Amino acid sequence: MSTSRATRKSTMPQWLKVALQIGLVGGVVVVIIALEGMIQAFNTRDIIGSVVAMSQALLLIVFLGTAYIAIIRSKLTDFRRLLVVAVVVGLVSSALLVALILLGQVLDLGNVFINATPALYDLLTFKLGLAAGSIVLLVVGGVSGAAAAIIHALPTRWRRSVIWGLVAVFAFGLLRDLIVTTFGGLTFLTGLLFLPNGLSVPGAITLFVIFVALDYFWSQRGAQIRSGIGARKPVRSSLLIGGIIVLLLLPQILGLYFSEVLDNVGLYLLMGLGLNIVVGFAGLLDLGYVAFFAIGAYTVGVLTSPDFGHASILTSWWFALPFGVIAAFLAGTILGIPVLKMRGDYLAIVTLGFGEIIRLLALSDFLKPFIGGAQGVNDILKPTIGPIQISNPPEFYYLILAGCLLVAFVAIRVKDSRLGRAWMAMREDEDVAQAMGINLVTTKLMAFALGASFGGLSGAIFGSKLTSIYPQSFNFFVSINVLSLIIIGGMGSIPGVVVGAIALVGLPEMLREFSDYRYLFYGLALVVMMLTRPEGLVPAATVKRELHEEEPQPETLGEAATAMPK
Amino acid sequence: MSLLQLKKMVKRFGGLVAVNNLDLDIPEHVIYSVIGPNGAGKTTVFNCITGFYKPEGGDILLNGDSLVGLSPDRIARKGITRTYQNIRLFSNMTTLENILVGLHPHLTTNVFGAIFRPPGVRQEEAQAIAEARRLLQFVGLAGQGDLLARNLPYGMQRRLEIGRALANRPRLLLLDEPTAGMNPRETEDMTRFIRRLRDELGITILLIEHQMRVVMGISEKVSVLDYGEKIAEGTPTEIQNDPQVIEAYLGRGSSAAEVSTFTRTAA
Repeated sequence: MSTSRATRKSTMPQWLKVALQIGLVGGVVVVIIALEGMIQAFNTRDIIGSVVAMSQALLLIVFLGTAYIAIIRSKLTDFRRLLVVAVVVGLVSSALLVALILLGQVLDLGNVFINATPALYDLLTFKLGLAAGSIVLLVVGGVSGAAAAIIHALPTRWRRSVIWGLVAVFAFGLLRDLIVTTFGGLTFLTGLLFLPNGLSVPGAITLFVIFVALDYFWSQRGAQIRSGIGARKPVRSSLLIGGIIVLLLLPQILGLYFSEVLDNVGLYLLMGLGLNIVVGFAGLLDLGYVAFFAIGAYTVGVLTSPDFGHASILTSWWFALPFGVIAAFLAGTILGIPVLKMRGDYLAIVTLGFGEIIRLLALSDFLKPFIGGAQGVNDILKPTIGPIQISNPPEFYYLILAGCLLVAFVAIRVKDSRLGRAWMAMREDEDVAQAMGINLVTTKLMAFALGASFGGLSGAIFGSKLTSIYPQSFNFFVSINVLSLIIIGGMGSIPGVVVGAIALVGLPEMLREFSDYRYLFYGLALVVMMLTRPEGLVPAATVKRELHEEEPQPETLGEAATAMPK
Repeated sequence: MSLLQLKKMVKRFGGLVAVNNLDLDIPEHVIYSVIGPNGAGKTTVFNCITGFYKPEGGDILLNGDSLVGLSPDRIARKGITRTYQNIRLFSNMTTLENILVGLHPHLTTNVFGAIFRPPGVRQEEAQAIAEARRLLQFVGLAGQGDLLARNLPYGMQRRLEIGRALANRPRLLLLDEPTAGMNPRETEDMTRFIRRLRDELGITILLIEHQMRVVMGISEKVSVLDYGEKIAEGTPTEIQNDPQVIEAYLGRGSSAAEVSTFTRTAA
């Protein structure tokens, strides 16, 4: 029986099967996007003003992406057949969406999916009415597929450039506000490129052309330029100085709101660098990292807030800061002791519990007289430098930047030392590390404590920045965010943590209207990363080699093993 | 005088007696071999000596001091280091880093030293790297310090593992089947290399081996384990002709032809 089924199946060509399968997947994805309410939510932002909304761009990305995947999966070389595959994928995907719209006319889907409203169908049919709109939608699907096939058919060098051009147009449209604020002085330029809502059509075309040209130029000359930069010391150091100047000027350029975003990125970066020591260097999975952030914030808060009887012990934030960091350091050590013998999953579970215990203690009535319970800690002192009080986001930016530079310096120095090697050895093989004379107790505790103290520093700044802290600020999601950003950035890689913090903390802050979908995107980003780039965006050098280099075949193993006496 | 002594050592796992009343006496500057069929308890003996298992009875003495109850890292610092039957390198670290980890107990830099790097720390680090390079050269990996350990060919991984153990500056080196998975040529190279360790570096070597040929070629003294008990002890020639050993390896009632093959391969 199975053979007969196999022969019947083989009447359908393999490429068509692939096209239908992936088309269905794409269709399911767009239907989910629609039912999740993303179409309505993202309709408020335009990529190209009044022409392409963010929601439509999202659908286009899915159509293009699935068609492209199908093209690669089909392993065909004939362009005409590829075109058919891609168009089929686009049509099938959009047909599923049309089916949803039609189904919505017959059944009231709103009972189950609250977002399945007439407004949704209106948006999906481009407000053209049911029949015309459905046809346009199908055409869009088919054309997107064809576009994917054409992009694929371009010579490799051009293909890359065109993809970069599209990504650039999308990114510029998405980050319009940031860009307009940054280059606000250059009104003639921003006026040319942007409308009040998104890019202008000529702007989009200009950007596309510029980026295609830039990428093409880079692919021709990039290697040469890069080696030129690497070789000449003055060029490198001037780049470094330029980078530092930009970092110092950023809040002045970006203004209040984006400085606030940068502050949050920086606070998460501090935590990321700390957790990176524990998870990335030493290989100890800690899911309760928020505890140390909380301990740093609460220690400084309680010591400087007038809310409590023992207030004004410390009259300056700077005096309280070391206590916050030391408290976190000690807490890291105390957490470390009971989990010394634990590995992997068990360690993760215990640390998870620890994080929750700290939050519940902060919330408890039992400790209310000392740390405020649900009312939290209020009127926390702000740092002062001489007569200047650090109070607004741009001022905090400099404090946080200094913290990040300090912590990154420590992390880099420690990584490349006897202690850093001991951590890595422990991560690779704990038993062997011990057999080589590494004291696991002190080595593990040092990882926990140093990582925790970075978190404590972050918390100390966080508390004084907000002046009030509440137990809810220190929930499990903070731990998850920090862990996600180091996974996405690249475990054990310090530049990776920076990139991860910008991508996972900075971007969502800039796209406030997407906040409902923040965790959906986190999840999606993690899954996609694990499937396509498990080593992270900016991997640590060795991890990269580990995951992508072919394993050498131990050539003699096979023959010798058989020759061994049994 | 003896460097390491095992006195009536017993190791049980639940009801199973893995090692029973084992006495070993390993003099300094010898190559001492422990042989025995699969499951005889050889690796268990290693795990007891290095502190990963705690024996239920008896004692283990290094220069007369008991090692029982010490943690593996303390025992490593006292001068006993081992290699593993299935190579256990830090495979995602470079060969140089592997050796540097071996040097760990002999370096003193703490976290503050690592951060501030005063001249003393820089000097220590430079010396450590120089020593690691010397060791790489000694084991035949000169100039390959930047390779990831996992990317080395099999035989070189074995040598790197020994190099890492040497970085620990052991007085007693435990080698667990160092020629496992090697062809005859590589086995011969390894045998010669082990002899160099003793002759040039003066390290006492305790060797677990499966291949009779290796053991007979280099060891001064051999003990044979079977079912956790020592069934014979002596020079290679004595062991080779011991009827009990032949029985343990080949089973009771083996034909004369099989026995003669055995003694011949052993020689």
